[in-house]
Amino acid sequence: MTIMTDPPQESFRLSMLLNDTRYRSYTFQFIALIVLIASAAFLMSNLFSNLAAAGLNISYQFLGSPAGYDINQTLIAYDSQSTNARAALVGILNTLLVAFLACVTATIFGVIAGVLRLSNNWLVSKLMSFYVEIFRNIPVLIWIIIIFTIMIAVLPGPRAFRGDEPSASMVLNAVAFTNRGVYIPAPVWGPGSLVVVATFILSVFGVFAYRRYATKLLYDTGRLLPMGWPSLAILFVPTLLIYFIMGMPIGLDYPELKGFNFSGGIKVGGPLIALWFALSIYTGAFIAENVRAGIQAISKGQSEAAGALGLRQGRIMNLVVLPQALRVIIPPLISQYLNITKNSSLAIAVGYADVTATLGGITLNQTGRAIECVLLLMLFYLTISLSISAIMNVYNNSVKLKER
Amino acid sequence: MKKSVFFGALTVAGLAAGAAAAGTLDDVKARGKLNCGVTTGLVGFAAPDANGEWNGFDVSVCRAVAAAVLGDASAVEFVPTTGKTRFTALASGEIDMLARNTTWTFSRDVDLKFTFVGVNYYDGQGFMVPKELGVSSAKDLDGATVCIQTGTTTELNLADFFRSNNISYEPVPIETNAEAQQQYLAGACDVYTTDASGLAATRATFEAPGDHTLLPEIISKEPLGPLVRHGDNEWGDVVRWTLNALITAEELGVTSANISEMAAGTNNPEINRLLGTEGTLGEMLGLDADWAMKAIAAGGNYGEVFEKNIGESTPIGLARGLNAQWTEGGLIYSPPFR
Repeated sequence: MTIMTDPPQESFRLSMLLNDTRYRSYTFQFIALIVLIASAAFLMSNLFSNLAAAGLNISYQFLGSPAGYDINQTLIAYDSQSTNARAALVGILNTLLVAFLACVTATIFGVIAGVLRLSNNWLVSKLMSFYVEIFRNIPVLIWIIIIFTIMIAVLPGPRAFRGDEPSASMVLNAVAFTNRGVYIPAPVWGPGSLVVVATFILSVFGVFAYRRYATKLLYDTGRLLPMGWPSLAILFVPTLLIYFIMGMPIGLDYPELKGFNFSGGIKVGGPLIALWFALSIYTGAFIAENVRAGIQAISKGQSEAAGALGLRQGRIMNLVVLPQALRVIIPPLISQYLNITKNSSLAIAVGYADVTATLGGITLNQTGRAIECVLLLMLFYLTISLSISAIMNVYNNSVKLKER
Repeated sequence: MKKSVFFGALTVAGLAAGAAAAGTLDDVKARGKLNCGVTTGLVGFAAPDANGEWNGFDVSVCRAVAAAVLGDASAVEFVPTTGKTRFTALASGEIDMLARNTTWTFSRDVDLKFTFVGVNYYDGQGFMVPKELGVSSAKDLDGATVCIQTGTTTELNLADFFRSNNISYEPVPIETNAEAQQQYLAGACDVYTTDASGLAATRATFEAPGDHTLLPEIISKEPLGPLVRHGDNEWGDVVRWTLNALITAEELGVTSANISEMAAGTNNPEINRLLGTEGTLGEMLGLDADWAMKAIAAGGNYGEVFEKNIGESTPIGLARGLNAQWTEGGLIYSPPFR
């Protein structure tokens, strides 16, 4: 493009579009653009005329009509008389739930496995590379089905908990592991429980304030205050005191066998567990490789210098290596989070009611509005993916190397 | 995955739009093969046997149509479809007809633009439970976990039934009959619900069929029949009258055993018209004069097909019930061949 810095003095002639190398590329790009637009227009008009010929009109009225089917996991109120739009919303929330849970656990698995893979302990590092290679190289759909099938086959059904001599029993009389899901106690918020919750939230702020004060004191005067036990004390002591003063307002609702199933408590469904766990370990293996790459990108001199300053191994990793490694780790991590969100659409394999199963599955089938439903699905996944990537980019900007 | 299927279907629909107008009957003749959509596997209705040969009640309809059109009952390409993919497959032209225990409903006929050519099995939705649960009525199922095939009318019937009886349940949506069977047997759901015929067929494949019982309630009408795309009436007529030929053959006593004898000519003019020795019915359809004879010879008449695949002598053991001929108190009735 150096030619462009020296603009032509002579007047422009039409023939130069073809003969002059300065303009010829524009000519070809323009022609290519026209051809592209024309072919897109042709395909679109072809699509619309075929839709019209087949008598298919695009209409979103079905969203307002009753869905007519039930969903097994609903985070918001829903029954079979709710609209298709609400069924889609239930699905969207379920997708976001499993994507969020899987992103958190995949990151934890990935960081642990990535760091341990670089361990000097031969057994640990080999075990971790075994984990990475096994889980990364088998498709996630197969993992989802394997985990779900094992859950169904190994865990007892609710029937096994019944009778005088049940073949299965609840753990600590509070948690029931069944092949339909895990039932855990649910909190019951009595009067005055708001005070307890408020105290706990204030305690969290208190912990941050204390740690900030301790750090400031260390930098200003060199006095080192203990961090560990005071933080724990600030976090729990006031909350527990208030809890007992208010007369134990928060109770637990234990699950118990009633009829065919357990009732009471919170049910974490089998499909959710299988999907969550499969996405976590599968993507965790990829994240482990990102973490390893990030750590290895930090020159050995950094840890040696930190060691020379007298820092312990753990602190070298936490204070020197990981903060720098994050700059390398974050960008590929974004795409792993996007993968988790998109892979969650495999939920239908285990009957988890995500948005692909409700809007793109049952609603699509019962209304026959395939084009409308798929367009909405595309819009949803596009929006979510772009949002995740925008949020992660903000975070990436905050940790990336500040060039001065 | 579904998106790619969708766009694939869209492309095929775009490309096939011109071809479809030319007539499915001509397409099938030119191709020399009938593309017939069936289930992914439901013993008795459509399932491949040990040699990979498809067999069953719905399969027989496909074979009869292939025999009528192409003269060869084996010239069928069976395309397995799930409850979710079947309509896209038919609408896109991937299959010429769908014979997959599909319920004839208003919206499928009118809104989805399909033509149901008749009913080959009158069914209704039922429930199967393990005997050890001690349930004797579907109204005792409050709080039960129910396995259900997604993308079917049963899903909506189920919601309506539990709602109108004011009891609760938890649905477990499942893609295919095989998966449903696996989850039901593992106890991941208490109840399996689908068409009563499907339940009987599924139960027949269990190791201990006697441990499971079908509840007496039939909560819906499920007229099952083959269907084709809207807008190609010639092809619709071919499939409709092939089915009617099988039904009429049973009514008139034409079986695969005596058909060659009857084809020589009888003194019943309707049999003669049906088998093509009199009149020009085949020509009107654009087929050979002996089209119905070939269709009946392929697997026998309606009654023979029923008995061989799902009748009382088979492990599935379904009684004729509503599916007896109208002359014997059932609903199976064909318009006259005239």
